[in-house]
Amino acid sequence: MARRDPDAPKRLAIIASKGTLDFAYPPFILGSTAAAMGWEVGIFFTFYGLPLLLRNYDPKVSPLGNPAMPLKMPFGPPGFRQISWPIPAIVEALPGFSLLATSLMQETFKQKGVPSLLELRQMCIDAGVNLIACQMTMDVFGFKKEDFIPECTVGGAATFLEFASDADVSLFI
Amino acid sequence: MTEVLQPDRVLDCSGLLCPLPVIRTSKAIKEIGIGQVLKVIATDPGAPADMEAWARQTGNELIDAHEEDGKYVFFFRRVR
Repeated sequence: MARRDPDAPKRLAIIASKGTLDFAYPPFILGSTAAAMGWEVGIFFTFYGLPLLLRNYDPKVSPLGNPAMPLKMPFGPPGFRQISWPIPAIVEALPGFSLLATSLMQETFKQKGVPSLLELRQMCIDAGVNLIACQMTMDVFGFKKEDFIPECTVGGAATFLEFASDADVSLFI
Repeated sequence: MTEVLQPDRVLDCSGLLCPLPVIRTSKAIKEIGIGQVLKVIATDPGAPADMEAWARQTGNELIDAHEEDGKYVFFFRRVR
């Protein structure tokens, strides 16, 4: 592939490899922002990041095995909201705890004025971000092309690398 | 300086956090003509640095940035 035209817009190439709510945000935030700055953006969704392109995806997050994640309440007086609750890992392992942690994080984000993940994904689509679904992951985990949003394209490592070879910024998330 | 600046459009991003102020600004500036002025109001503490970076990256002119009643106010002129 020929080197890009020097007057071409800057290019951002991201690999999104994780599908939990906390790690799902950065690719979409950076992708939509770079597009808003006039950059060309491609995000390659692979392994556990691939489900972020499913038509209906509702990512979860858990403090279990995620010890840096604070557990704070999105309600109550300010002092109460500041408390980072020390929950033992054995409690975090109970059924339903990740649903609780997910809803707490979603509510906090909403209150602070951060858009939902699906809203951010739509902003990326509207801004023309190139969303690439990893073909190999689709085959390995048993997904079909129809499971994914129609705006994504399907590609492999070579597709991403060719795009990234001319990127000004490349990130692995 | 701001007293004489008459914006052609005003965008209020109060209460919104990153990345919304930048994304909404980029949309709004495409809806005014080249040479026209967009006023943006934001409360995101990251907005001053982000708005400057956005203006540099897109080539639009940040004419003025200041604080007013605890909010950040920006005036952009659409250049391209």
